[in-house]
Amino acid sequence: MLYAMCFLLFVIGLYCALIKKNMVKIVIGIMIMEYAVNLFLIMLGYRAGGIAPIIDKGHIQAASGMLKSTFVNASVDPLPQALVLTAIVISLGSLALMISICIRTYEKYGTFDITQIRRLKG
Amino acid sequence: MKGMTIIVKTVSSWVKVLIFLFGIYITIFGHLTPGGGFAGGVILACSYILLMLAFGREFAEKNLSLPVVSKLDCVGALFFAAIALFGLIYGAAGFFYNFLHQEIQAGKVEALDLYSAGTIPFSNIAICLKVAASLFMIVLLLSIFRADSSAGEEE
Amino acid sequence: MGMSYIFLFFMIFLVVAALIAVHTKDLLSAVICVGAIGFGGSLMFLFLRAPDIAITQIAVEVLGLVILIRATISRDKTFISGDREFFGIVVSVALLFAISVVGLKAFDELPEFGTPVFVVAGETQENIASQDYIEQSLSKTGAANVVAAVILDFRAYDTLGEATVLFTSILGAVVILRKKARNLPEAAP
Repeated sequence: MLYAMCFLLFVIGLYCALIKKNMVKIVIGIMIMEYAVNLFLIMLGYRAGGIAPIIDKGHIQAASGMLKSTFVNASVDPLPQALVLTAIVISLGSLALMISICIRTYEKYGTFDITQIRRLKG
Repeated sequence: MKGMTIIVKTVSSWVKVLIFLFGIYITIFGHLTPGGGFAGGVILACSYILLMLAFGREFAEKNLSLPVVSKLDCVGALFFAAIALFGLIYGAAGFFYNFLHQEIQAGKVEALDLYSAGTIPFSNIAICLKVAASLFMIVLLLSIFRADSSAGEEE
Repeated sequence: MGMSYIFLFFMIFLVVAALIAVHTKDLLSAVICVGAIGFGGSLMFLFLRAPDIAITQIAVEVLGLVILIRATISRDKTFISGDREFFGIVVSVALLFAISVVGLKAFDELPEFGTPVFVVAGETQENIASQDYIEQSLSKTGAANVVAAVILDFRAYDTLGEATVLFTSILGAVVILRKKARNLPEAAP
């Protein structure tokens, strides 16, 4: 059920990126799609009743320095968190690139409407 | 671009230092507590953007000008690559080898100290520099572009 | 369980904010709704036991709002109304419907929410990468934060790739925003 709502968020973003005429609305649609994908990846790695993957002093056995089994069996998956961490920062870089394209186009044509910028200026 | 009123300037000059310190703290303790290089770099960029929004673009540019920021960006990226290449001393399969933890520090440091975990704190610092410089540079350029284009429209 | 009600509440909040962001005609409202989606997403990351991601998401969302608002709000002179032609809309909506139907069938293959996908029941636990990372992060890298150990030691190539992508996208934005063109040597009159 929760996966289906995440997918619904993705489809809403895709609809916005396909249908709208305003350039900034298209950028907003792409951002919504990126949020939905990051959320879905983190939800894949969740363990019910889990703990965050940070090792504390209470999780180390005093004698040998090995981890207790309470941590190994109860922590959530750290691998999708590592992948999503870089994806979030990259989405900010791609937002900067898209907005700079929008600003350049506005400065040249005077509008954000994409149906009026089809003529190629010589 | 003009700054804001005097109340905003006074408060933000205190808060900016705290945000800067918080960003450095999250970066350096990245191997012990949640955070790391990426979160610390973004928070560090936020402190300089607060300076730019409250005091105007010219003040922020005198504080940290554009050539200095782009050089910091390159220094961060090259530092990260240099850490990776140092591992090649210990054999051919040593690219990105955590040589500090396995060879030099083995058995000498405890687990949850600040000086532990080998090359991970240094990589965190390199990534923080790179991300903070990139994000501040892009917002500074957006502001410069807007000031130039609006000055051009008035003429 | 109490936890899944909280998740359901947050997801409904996110979907409603996304619907408002798509359909409103005012650009300022759309940007504020995107900020609300980012904030709700960060809270959800906190409840999904991912504190690194929550910190990064909230700071990135604030910076994204600053970039969006500074760059676009004072430039829009008119409200753009109306949509594209009718045939294009019908084809797009039909395509989205087909994608949704096919995509929802794929979710029957996944295990339930609450069991991690990377630990497959029936396989021995030595073959799963995440189990190795959890067990060996303290002894092989010495870091207490398992996610930082995965980014910077076990999977450091991906971080190198991410630094390259960030560098390249910022480089592209700098080149696009350059104002003064270089003075090419003029042709002989």
